[in-house]
Parts: sequence; C-alpha cells; structure tokens
Amino acid sequence: MKHTVTIENTGETFRCDEETNVLLGMEQLCRKGIPVGCRNGGCGVCKVQVKKGQYAKRKMSRGVVSAEEEASGCVLACKIFPQSDLEVEVVGKMARAIVAQQSASSDFGFTTTMKTNKPVEEK
Amino acid sequence: MALTGVLRPGHVALRVLEMEPALKHYRDVLGLIEVARDDKNRVFLKAWDEHDHHSVVLREADEAGMDYMGWKVDSPATLKKLAADVEQSGLATEMSWIPAGEHPATGERFRFTIPTGHVMELFAEKAIVGNNCGTDGQDINPDPWPDGLKGIAATRFDHCLLYGDDLDGSVKLFTEVLGFGIAEQVMLAGDKKFMIGAFLSCSNKAHDVAFIRQPVKGKFHHASFELRSWEQVLRAGDILSRTKTSIDIGPTRHGITRGETIYFFDPSGNRNEVFSGGYIYYPDKPVITWYDESLGPAIFYHDRKLNEAFLSVFT
Ligand code: FES
Ligand SMILES: [Fe+2]
Repeated sequence: MKHTVTIENTGETFRCDEETNVLLGMEQLCRKGIPVGCRNGGCGVCKVQVKKGQYAKRKMSRGVVSAEEEASGCVLACKIFPQSDLEVEVVGKMARAIVAQQSASSDFGFTTTMKTNKPVEEK
Repeated sequence: MALTGVLRPGHVALRVLEMEPALKHYRDVLGLIEVARDDKNRVFLKAWDEHDHHSVVLREADEAGMDYMGWKVDSPATLKKLAADVEQSGLATEMSWIPAGEHPATGERFRFTIPTGHVMELFAEKAIVGNNCGTDGQDINPDPWPDGLKGIAATRFDHCLLYGDDLDGSVKLFTEVLGFGIAEQVMLAGDKKFMIGAFLSCSNKAHDVAFIRQPVKGKFHHASFELRSWEQVLRAGDILSRTKTSIDIGPTRHGITRGETIYFFDPSGNRNEVFSGGYIYYPDKPVITWYDESLGPAIFYHDRKLNEAFLSVFT
C-alpha cells in the first residue's frame, strides 16, 4: 500500500509503499529533498523529524540517533517505512545543503570544516 | 629484508548493526573468506590472497564505525621497541597490551589511541594459513588463484581513510615514531604549511593509511580492498549493482594515488572501497602536493569535484 510523504523543507511530495524505506522511495522516483548518504542507517545525513504519521523502523546507528531522539520521531529516512501518510522535516547535518542546492551553490560549505582544528560535537 | 618495522595494515575491526546482513556483504559480495568466530560473537575474515589468519573483524553493536586498526610489524623485538617509542613520544593515549589469543591465532597486541582519536594496534604474530593456491601442499607449485572465490573476490585488505581533528599529531606519530613516509599531502593554498590531508605509506604501496582533517574524533571514512585490474573494478561495479549494494561513487579514478576505484557502503553504512592500480612508493620518492582548490580532481579525477557524500558521510 502506498502513502504520501511530504518533505516540509521543500514542499516536495512523493508516494512510497510500506515495504520501501522513505529515502529509497524518494530516490526511486528521482526526487530530491532528503540528503542521501550511506542509505544504511550509519551516517545520519538523512535524519528527519517526523511531524505527522505512522511508520515502522529498523535498527539505526546510535552514533547518529540517540534513543531519546528515536523515541521522539527524530529518525533516519533510510530506516523508516511509512504506515500512513508522513510529514517529515529534514534535520540532518546536510539540511543546509538542500537550501544550498536550491540556490545552485556548488561548494556545499563542507570544505570549510577541513580548515578548522576544533572538534565540534556531532549532532 | 629491505622492508622493516611496520609491514602492513594487518586488520581492521568494524562495528556492524546486524551481523547476518553484514556477513552476506563481506563474505558473499566482497568475497572475503570467513575463518573464525569467537565467544564474543565476533566474526573473523580474510581476503583470499592474504596469508595471515584474518584481516577483517566484525562485531555487532548499536553504533556503526571502526573499533580499531591493527598493524603487523616484523618481529616481537620490533613490537617491544615501537611500543616503547610510542609511549615515549607523548603523542598517544590510552595505551595497553592486549594478551595473545584475544584475537584467535594472534600474538599480543599493543593498543593506543592516536591524536585524531583512532585506536591503533601493533602486533608481530598471527598464524599463517596461506592463500590456498598450492597444488602440492601450501605454497608448492601454486596456481595463480584458488577455486571457489565468491563475488568481487578482493585480494587483500589494503588501507583505511580516517577523519579526525588533530591531523598534525597523527601524521607526526606515524611518520616520526612508526617510520611511515608521506606519499601525498593536501595543503591549503592560502596557508601552504597547513595540512588538510595526508596519505601515508609504510611499504611500497601508494598508501597504507590516510587521514583527512575534519572537526571530529575517531571517525571512519572507508576501508579499502585491493583488486588487480581496472577490468575487475568494473566487474565489482556490476556485482554491486546486481546485489543492490548501496554505491557511493564510481567506478572512477582518484587523482591522489592514481587508483581506479569504486566506493560503496556495507549494510550498516560503513564505507568500503575496492581499487586497483596506483604507483609503487619508495621512501625517497618526492612528496606529491595538492592544494585544497584542486581537491575535486585530487579525489575524483574524472568528475573534478567532490560529491556531497565525500566529506559529510562517515561512521
Ligand atoms: S543515508 Fe546514512 S543514515 Fe540514512
Ligand atoms: Fe582509499
């Protein structure tokens, strides 16, 4: 059964069935909006806050999603499967890249992170 | 013996979210050979052309990433000496000796944490189990490759690329204490002494470990496995697509080391690479320097720009 997923940051919507994770569902339709990384629950770049709707989930790395976050619907798009229509907001560390993409910036701003020596806390 | 001291990367220990899919990936797709399991549910694997007992250790955990990387040194005497040198250098923290047998078929290991936050080990002894090519006993009248290889059938675990903050400290430890050379470096164009990437060799390979400066501690970018030709890298791409493995980029070429490459992810999001080619490194080879403005072609020579994932996707 297919459900509609809405990405709040961009207004993008796409249909995704219950056996397909939200990130793959988006990619299969050549849609954009949620940053794509490892696709396997390890890197955290596809992190979203689910604002509305039900989903099933599979194991995600504690390195990028804490138990509290997971409980509050802050989850990895590549590890959730829609059980109803979903509204999600992209919150991963590449969230700003979506905006950059839309304004056609070529440098995603990440190279600047190489120029600093200060460790920052991972979100 | 011209190659002394630290010989090669001997093992990499990775955390996976679920063991069964991980095994399908590392054994059936990448083509590593399972050699042992222990009472901690760790699985030990080797690539077919490695002689030592194991080179990849998988452990099920809540968090993906790398536990540690181990380096084979030429003798127990060298192990003692290098351990003392590391301790003396003041560059390492959390130093300890892991008793023999903690890894199956492996001698004692000296473990320490380097300035970028990665855990490294040195060891001198690991049982030699061979590559199964001999036709009349191990290593006697060998065939060029053994029967029964699976999937991509990488020949060996080759190197890791690691992300961390104190790049200068880790490079100092590897070059001044452990005897590595810098094959290639990436510097800031605006501050030519400021290093943002280092590709280090302890052998004749273009690199045995690489570091990129990022404001994180102990992060893992990829573990790389060797293939013997560009055609095999292309074939690896076919196998990855057929098995619906998550591909990051490639097949393409790196400017740095000139290797032909494909990046992909294991089922827990840890990046792997298979690559072929690159040049032969000698300690007297002039250091190759890239500047940050050429980072695109340095990393992905054909696209001439980084993909979004290169700097932001790691475990
Ligand atoms: S894409 Fe890496 S965690 Fe989802
Ligand atoms: Fe590599």
